[in-house]
Amino acid sequence: MSNYIAIKNNQTIPVQNIPVLDYEDFFALNTGLIQHEENHCVSYFGYRIQDKLKLTCCMANDTDGNILISSCEIKTNAREPYPSFTAHHLSFHFFERELHENFGINYAGHPWLKPVRFSFDRTNKDSRIENYPFYQIKSEELHEVGVGPIHAGVIEPGHFRFICNGEQILHLEIQLGYQHRGIEQLFLNKKKLLQRTTLAESIAGDTVAGHTTTFVNLWESLCNYQADEDLQFARTLALELERLAIHTGDLSAICTDIAYQLGSSVFGRLRTPLINFFQIWCGNRLGKGLIRAGKSNFYFTEGLRKQLEQLLDAYENDYGQMWEEFHTLPSALARLEKTGVVTREQAIAIGLVGMAAKTSGIRRDVRATHVHDLYGQLNHQPVVKHHGDVYSRAHLRNKEIRQSMGYIRKMLQNIPQENKNRRPLSSPQPASFTLSLAEGWRGEICHCAVTDKDGELMHYKIKDPSMHNWLALALAVRNNEISDFPICNKSFDLSYCGHDL
Amino acid sequence: MLDNIKILFRQGKQYIPDVTKAELPGIFRGRPEISNETIDTAALIDLCPTGAIDLNPVSIDLGKCTFCGECAFSFPSKVKFTKDYKIAANQREDLIIKAGETEAITLNPDLIRKEIAKYFSGSLKLRQVSAGGDNSCELELNACGNVNFDMGRFGIEFVASPRHADGIVITGPITENMAVPLQICYDAVPDPKIIILAGTDAISGGIFSDSPALNRTFLSKYKIDLYVPGNPIHPLTFINGVMDLIKKRK
Repeated sequence: MSNYIAIKNNQTIPVQNIPVLDYEDFFALNTGLIQHEENHCVSYFGYRIQDKLKLTCCMANDTDGNILISSCEIKTNAREPYPSFTAHHLSFHFFERELHENFGINYAGHPWLKPVRFSFDRTNKDSRIENYPFYQIKSEELHEVGVGPIHAGVIEPGHFRFICNGEQILHLEIQLGYQHRGIEQLFLNKKKLLQRTTLAESIAGDTVAGHTTTFVNLWESLCNYQADEDLQFARTLALELERLAIHTGDLSAICTDIAYQLGSSVFGRLRTPLINFFQIWCGNRLGKGLIRAGKSNFYFTEGLRKQLEQLLDAYENDYGQMWEEFHTLPSALARLEKTGVVTREQAIAIGLVGMAAKTSGIRRDVRATHVHDLYGQLNHQPVVKHHGDVYSRAHLRNKEIRQSMGYIRKMLQNIPQENKNRRPLSSPQPASFTLSLAEGWRGEICHCAVTDKDGELMHYKIKDPSMHNWLALALAVRNNEISDFPICNKSFDLSYCGHDL
Repeated sequence: MLDNIKILFRQGKQYIPDVTKAELPGIFRGRPEISNETIDTAALIDLCPTGAIDLNPVSIDLGKCTFCGECAFSFPSKVKFTKDYKIAANQREDLIIKAGETEAITLNPDLIRKEIAKYFSGSLKLRQVSAGGDNSCELELNACGNVNFDMGRFGIEFVASPRHADGIVITGPITENMAVPLQICYDAVPDPKIIILAGTDAISGGIFSDSPALNRTFLSKYKIDLYVPGNPIHPLTFINGVMDLIKKRK
């Protein structure tokens, strides 16, 4: 018998089919799997069953599209610390820190059990965000710069603590948690589907299509429901439109951070018709209300198709002209090239996903490796860049913008008929496990759910790509000038609320 | 240089000439109107994800509403969302729209402190504090200053430091972990100062209202000068609300 079960994206299985291993085998299996570059950990979490903690580890294989699930039951009050996965592969650091913070699990060999988000249900209530002791280096020549939690711009809160040698950053520590709203617990407390969908829309308000698609795909699978093609069409289209809009806005923000006014204004205003299109389609500029499990309130009509085609034609011209000007401008390039580099080795070691992985030479994109909705028909080939600097991340956005425009145009040629007699959703299957992956504009989103014997949610686990990628920002700015921090930060554009939940 | 001028020329005029009269494209869920039709009110109430709908008479609290529109889809003869985006108010009760009401939402001038128009009507600098916001209201507040909405032309701007600000704009349901930073920020703003709550999450907690991870005690300590509903707020709702608050009244 195998010590894991292989499933596909959005597949529901009985919880009892997941092999329960002892910690030693669980450890050996998952630290073994991660040695192969094609595998990475998409989620690793625990939930209480009586006096035990059930750990579930989900390793995705990017080559064959399998997701390997294994589990283990441990005692939370064990005297001896458990051997740490992180000691063998750094990419587990986040998950083990979370288990330590939420359940008090102690690990041997974990390099730094730094608090994740000071969640309301953490075990150590004395550890508070106000009195967190930042990492320090004692030296006469170094100085510290503290930034946040409230930042200069209109953005979310988080604290950045720099240790600098003159103008140069030696070390950056990022402490988050200010945005913690207890969203995973609310998924269990709120019993109505619309409430849970509203929560999914609020995980990260800049990734409404990403997180809501992941949630509804998971929910439908849990209810053994096959979504009609028109629903899948709307989700795929929304994901690509969201990517287009946010990437365009990010290029504007990168221009703002290097004080390039023309690019900032033009890219900024080019985002407006894209998000206005969401409003034309569903009444909300960020797409809230658009995606629903088992139904849709907003069919994509022939009229919408015409409007979107015209919009893309106008956008493409203006965008292309602005990009041409921006990416050949020596003063802009000088700020972007070789700034904020993440090497391929670092990217693999810390398990990067999404844009940050793709710009460091890793071909990791759910749209190609774990297809869902209509991505099978689009035959997506991820854009991969190799320099891992701010320039690569700007360039990747340009390529993905053009790619998304192509996908949208292709999809518009064949709009599926609305199914007017949709099968209603039933209840979730009892004692089941489901995992759902989607590629949001930032990268890989993963939601997992476990139901009890009555089909009620007993655990809901959310992973935003930012959870993997914040560490990349901390590494990228080392040895850069502190004045380059804003463009480094913007080039990753990670989520605070998606991380803090 | 020539290329830059060409690009500028191509962009033409992007700003909305009159932000008080602009028509929104497509569908938009703004101020609702509730008819007096008899329907299954229990089913209506049960639909709402945030408990924004109440009875006797049927009403929708825009401070709790997520503008998902499910009530209007299920009971189209009862609830209709108009495209009226001027839904900001300075009195919490004014956000509750009752059956039969079709009037526009306006600020109550008697509740606006005299010094607001005196000091801020020509220039208002705001410090934004995201306290558990999901980055949707933050994106829209940023959009207020872009070349389309161009709030700066009215002298309204976001600034980097609370010491340069005349007030704060809070987004998000106010998490426990942001309670202290929010207080420090508010204290650092010189008097006189205003407080604006932007978005459903800030006004009532929204879908998070009963979360154990919140600490909303800050709000019980001070008078709120402006409530801007929305999920997220629409830039035009914010701009019109703020302009109405700071304008000189006869």
